[in-house]
Amino acid sequence: MLMKGNEAMAEAAIQAGCDAYFGYPITPQAELLEWMARRMPELGRVFVQAESELGAINMALGAAATGARVLVSSSSPGISLMAEGMSYLAGSEVPIVLINVMRGGPGLGSIGASQSDYFQATKGHGHGDYRVPVLAPSSIAEAVALTADAFELAERYRTPVMILADGVMGQAMEPVVPVYRMPARTNAGWELAGAADRAPRVVRSLHLRPEDLEAHNRRLQAKFASITERETRWAGEDLEDAEIVIVAYGTAARVARTAIERAREQGLRAGLFRPISLWPFPSSALATIAPDLRAIVVVEMSAGQMVEDVRLAVEGRTPVFFHGRTGGMVPTPGEVVDALNRAWALTAPAEGR
Amino acid sequence: MIRVQTLAPSPRRVIYRRPDLLTDTSTHYCPGCGHGIIHRLVAELLDEMQLGPTTIGVASVGCSVFAYDYLAVDFVEAPHGRAPAVATGVRRARPDAFVFTYQGDGDLAAIGTAEIVHAGARGERISVIFVNNGIYGMTGGQMAPTSLLGQRTTSSPGGREALTAGYPIPITEMLALLPGVSYAARGSIADPQLIGRTKAMVRRAFETQLSGSGLSIVEILSTCPVGWGMTPSESMEHLARDVVQTYPLGVIVDRAKSPSAQGKG
Repeated sequence: MLMKGNEAMAEAAIQAGCDAYFGYPITPQAELLEWMARRMPELGRVFVQAESELGAINMALGAAATGARVLVSSSSPGISLMAEGMSYLAGSEVPIVLINVMRGGPGLGSIGASQSDYFQATKGHGHGDYRVPVLAPSSIAEAVALTADAFELAERYRTPVMILADGVMGQAMEPVVPVYRMPARTNAGWELAGAADRAPRVVRSLHLRPEDLEAHNRRLQAKFASITERETRWAGEDLEDAEIVIVAYGTAARVARTAIERAREQGLRAGLFRPISLWPFPSSALATIAPDLRAIVVVEMSAGQMVEDVRLAVEGRTPVFFHGRTGGMVPTPGEVVDALNRAWALTAPAEGR
Repeated sequence: MIRVQTLAPSPRRVIYRRPDLLTDTSTHYCPGCGHGIIHRLVAELLDEMQLGPTTIGVASVGCSVFAYDYLAVDFVEAPHGRAPAVATGVRRARPDAFVFTYQGDGDLAAIGTAEIVHAGARGERISVIFVNNGIYGMTGGQMAPTSLLGQRTTSSPGGREALTAGYPIPITEMLALLPGVSYAARGSIADPQLIGRTKAMVRRAFETQLSGSGLSIVEILSTCPVGWGMTPSESMEHLARDVVQTYPLGVIVDRAKSPSAQGKG
């Protein structure tokens, strides 16, 4: 069926057993909120249009603290307002899924598609030492699958999980056979329901004694290490014989795929390395293939953000180039082919390095 | 022969005791702080109304964030000012729970203004215990939106001046304008009689929630002797004599459905 990204992600959340949705209108994710406004009450589930993104994320905190499966969605400027809540959710280990349908920034920016919130998403939104898993779909079918996965990850690790989409992913329609999935519910054992026949529970992020907060941080860091070890995701295309590889995610990866087809027609053996989990970043997988490559070209709809993680992963073993567009502009396949050719011209074969 | 009858109380007749839901702990509050009295009122009512097993409290940022150490019910901690939004989420996800927030005046009347106004506008079925002592106590006694005109604080060292720092905000009266706010009242802890009246207000607020009506709020005028630079007894006198000039006591609105007609829950 023909589905719009925003609506597909909304329905995927419903089919994944989402009990409550909180949101605030913002372009380009408004259809997601509208879908939930119609569908959730139909199913006897919770929908609240909050007074602000601050309101929405904190409603999510309250609902999720009772063990409900909760979805929140917004777009870039709204995510900035939710940054406070994300820090509290991470600190008090409350699972929710947050969808960011990115638009151009900084400030009010534009309503065009962008990937300029990569730093915000992967390096922490709010204050404090924390990370949250970030999943980046590059097709609507994948967005549907990742929505269910996000709830599962959130509950397994008691953490907020972000789905990082962009305006193209949210607004585009494409034919899709959605494969919905409802992750099994686990008896969490920490959720609030009233202290009947048990000791009272407190969901909190405050640990005033430095010793206590350090112990809490150590535990969080151990959890982040465990997520990094087990939940790193990426996909490779045409990597077997590739001499030059594009690293791109989301909509940029779609453009890269077309560029790679054209480059191969011209005799350039190009491949695609597509991170799906942006945090944890697939650093070791990239580090493994990098020494055999002539060059890496990072393509983003930003001024260059993920490219920093690529350089950290590659550690100078392979030359890394960047091509990006900003402000709501999407790179064309032709531009990306040119970027591949430039990188090729400036580098030598890997075995000659 | 005259028989002298002594009226020693029966050892079984308990006149005064710690409420079951008030933990047996020393609090971190300063001497003369009103939170101890107000915690006790809340605990007494949760006991008397048998709400403990279904209660989820929302703690806010400020001195009272540690309410969860003293009230033996489930609690979730909210970011500064966001307690009414967090309580909205709890309420919507758990329609069967009894939900209250415990917020100070900096939390509710400054940083959390949008959250309390819109929880009221939506008529959220939550009860708000709003402790107004006219100062930011936890951070060292800075001016609050509720500070009295002329009040000296660490951030209004010359006294609060309307020209530059505006006027004390009567937020409970403002909230009472909203149709979704079913009960709004202001009490005080300045003397035992007022404490009794305040307890009746909190009871009515809790009944309002149980009756299925909208948001209920009780503003409780309280003390901060350390922040005010007073002894505990001076602070009680100031509360009784001066603070009520700006914040008159009484029920501001009562639109709640009769709890007896609706039953509990």
